[in-house]
Amino acid sequence: MKRLHLERLANPQLLALVAVLLINWLLFPNFFRISWQDGRLFGSLIDVINRGAPVAILAIGMTGVIATKGVDLSVGAIMAVCGAVAATMVVAGYPTPIAVVAALSVGLLCGLWNGFLVAVLDIQPIVATLVLMVAGRGIAQLITEGSIVTFNDPALIFIGTGSFLGFPMAAVIALALMILVTLLVRRTAIGLFIQAIGVNRAAASLAGIHSRMLLMLVYALSGFCAAIAGIVVAADIRGADANNSGLWLELDAILAVVIGGTSLLGGKFSIPLAVVGALIIQAMNTGILVSGFRPEFNLIVKAGMIILILMLQSPLVGSALGFFKRDPKQAASR
Amino acid sequence: MKRSLRPLAATAVIFLIAYALSVAQFPGMLSTRVLGNFLTDNAFLGIAAVGMTFVIISGGIDLSVGAVIGFTGVLVAVLISWLGFHPLAAFAIALGVAALFGAAMGLTIHYLQVPSFIVTLAGMFLARGGASVITQDSVPINHEFYRTVSELIIRLPGGGRLSSIGLLMVAVFLLGALLAHRTRFGSYVYALGGNPVSALLMGVPVARTTVQIYMLSSVLAALAGIVFSLYTSAGYPLAAVGVELDAISAVVIGGTLLTGGYGFVLGTFVGVMLLGLVQTYIIFDGTLSSWWTKIVIGVLLFLFIVLQRIIFAASAPGEESPEKS
Repeated sequence: MKRLHLERLANPQLLALVAVLLINWLLFPNFFRISWQDGRLFGSLIDVINRGAPVAILAIGMTGVIATKGVDLSVGAIMAVCGAVAATMVVAGYPTPIAVVAALSVGLLCGLWNGFLVAVLDIQPIVATLVLMVAGRGIAQLITEGSIVTFNDPALIFIGTGSFLGFPMAAVIALALMILVTLLVRRTAIGLFIQAIGVNRAAASLAGIHSRMLLMLVYALSGFCAAIAGIVVAADIRGADANNSGLWLELDAILAVVIGGTSLLGGKFSIPLAVVGALIIQAMNTGILVSGFRPEFNLIVKAGMIILILMLQSPLVGSALGFFKRDPKQAASR
Repeated sequence: MKRSLRPLAATAVIFLIAYALSVAQFPGMLSTRVLGNFLTDNAFLGIAAVGMTFVIISGGIDLSVGAVIGFTGVLVAVLISWLGFHPLAAFAIALGVAALFGAAMGLTIHYLQVPSFIVTLAGMFLARGGASVITQDSVPINHEFYRTVSELIIRLPGGGRLSSIGLLMVAVFLLGALLAHRTRFGSYVYALGGNPVSALLMGVPVARTTVQIYMLSSVLAALAGIVFSLYTSAGYPLAAVGVELDAISAVVIGGTLLTGGYGFVLGTFVGVMLLGLVQTYIIFDGTLSSWWTKIVIGVLLFLFIVLQRIIFAASAPGEESPEKS
C-alpha cells in the first residue's frame, strides 16, 4: 500500500490535470485569479471545482461498479428521479431534511434494484442498468407531472449554491464523499473483495467472498451517489428538470473513471483518481468555453481523449509505456 | 416447434395480444392506415436496429448509431442544400463516410482489445460533435428528388399508405435475416458472439468479421439517417438523440440475447413494432402523457430480460451462473 501512495504523487492523471489547467491559463491569463467576495471564493478555478462536482460524485459510485467489471448507465436517470423527489416534496411543504432523506432513499432503492438485477438475476450490467436508464426519466416526469418544479427552500438551495469555509458546497460534499468512500474501501477489506470480483467473479465466490451482497452494495452506492448528485444539481438551478437533469452525465462519469486509470475489465480501481478525472473533464469544458471556442468542440475533444486513453490502456501500447498497467494479475498481487 | 425459436414466438405472441387488447379498446387501431404508419414512423429506428442486432449477436454493443443518424442527416442536408450535390450522390458519400467510420471503430475494438461500448461511446461523441461543428441549426432540404420520393406511396384499401421508406425498412429486415441465417458472414457473427476464443480456433477470421460487423452497423445507421432526412426533409445535429437506446431495447425485446451468440433479425422487427404500438396506443388514448412511453419500454425491457434469463437458465444449466458450483 505504501508504494502505491508514492506512485500517486507523479501519476499521469495529476500531470494531465496540471497540463490542462496550464493550457487554460495560457488561453485565459486570469484563469488562476481567485477573489474573495461575500464570504466565498470566486474564480475560474473554483468554478471548475464547483461545476465538476456532480460528475465527481457520480464517478465515486461508478468507480466501484466498474471495478467489479460492470457499468451503471442509469445514474443520469436516477439523478433526475431524485432531484424530482426532493423538489416536489419541498414544494409540497415537507421539511427539507425529510425531502433530502427521501430522495437519498429513492436513489439507494434504484441502486439496489440495479444490484438485484445484476447480482441475483445475473443480468449483464449494461442491460440491467439500461432498464432504469430508459424508464427513469419517464418516472421523473411522472413525479414532476411534466413540468419543471421550481422551489425557494433556502436550506435545499444551500446544498447546491451555498459555501462552506469559502468553498462551494457541492465541492465540499464531493470531497467528503470521496474521503469517506476511499476510507471505506481501502481501510477495510471491501476494496480487495471488489477487485477480486472484478478479476474473476466465479473464483472470488469460490474463495468465500459474498459476491452477491458486495455487488448489491456497489450498485446501491452508485445509486446513492447519483441521488446526491441529483439533489446538488436540482438545488443549483432551484428546480427539478426531469428531461435534462443529468442528461449524458453517466457517460461523463464513465469517462472520468476511465481517465482515473480504472480498468474497464475490472480488478484495478482508484476513487481519488476518478475524481481527478472528473476535474480534468470539467477543466477542459471550462477551457473550451473561456477560450471562445464553440462548446460543440467539447464532444470532439472528449472523443479524442477516450481514444488516447484507449491507446495508453491497450496491451499493445501499454506494455511499451508502462502507464495505466491493467494486467489484472499485477493489480491483484499488489 | 424448435426450442430455440421460443423467445421469438413469445415476442410475437405478446405483440399480438397487446395489439388485440389495443384494438378491443380503440377499434380504430385496426386499420391499414395505422399499420402503414407503423412502418413509416419507425422506418429509421428499424433500419438502425437491424445493424444493432448484428452487433449484439456478436457480443458487442454500438452506442454510436443515434449520433451517426444525426451526423448523416446533417451531412446529406449540407451536401444537397449548400453545395448543390444531387441527393443520390450525397447518399453515396454519406454511406461511404459511415463505412469508414464503422471500420475505424471495428479496428479499434479488435486491435486495442477494448470493450465495444467505450469505443462506440467515443464514436458517439465524435459523430455528434462533428455534426454540431458543421452546423448548429436545422438545415432544410428542398429538392425535387425528396418530393418525388415522398410521393412514392402504395395506397392500400382502407386509406392506408405504404411509404417508400417503410418498404425500405421491410426490405432491410429481409436482407438482414438472409445475411444472418443464410451466409457465411452470418455464421461467423453467431460464432463470434457464442465464444470468441473457440471462434478463433475454428478458423473464423475474427479481425475481418469484427470490422465488417461495425461497418454494417454504421452503414445501416447512415441509411437510417438518410431515411430520417427523407422523413423530416431536414438535417439537424441533435436529431435522433437516444435512438441507440430504442434500438437496443427493440433488439432485446425481439429475443436477441445481450451476451451474444443468439438472436433473430426478424425478432427485432417485432420489437420495433411493439415499441411503435406503445407510442400509437399512447397517442390514441390521449390522456396518457408521452413519458409513459419510456416507462412502458423500460418495463417491457425488464420483462423480456427476465424471460430470457428463465428460458436460458432452464436450457443451459450451470453455464451462466458462477455461483451455482
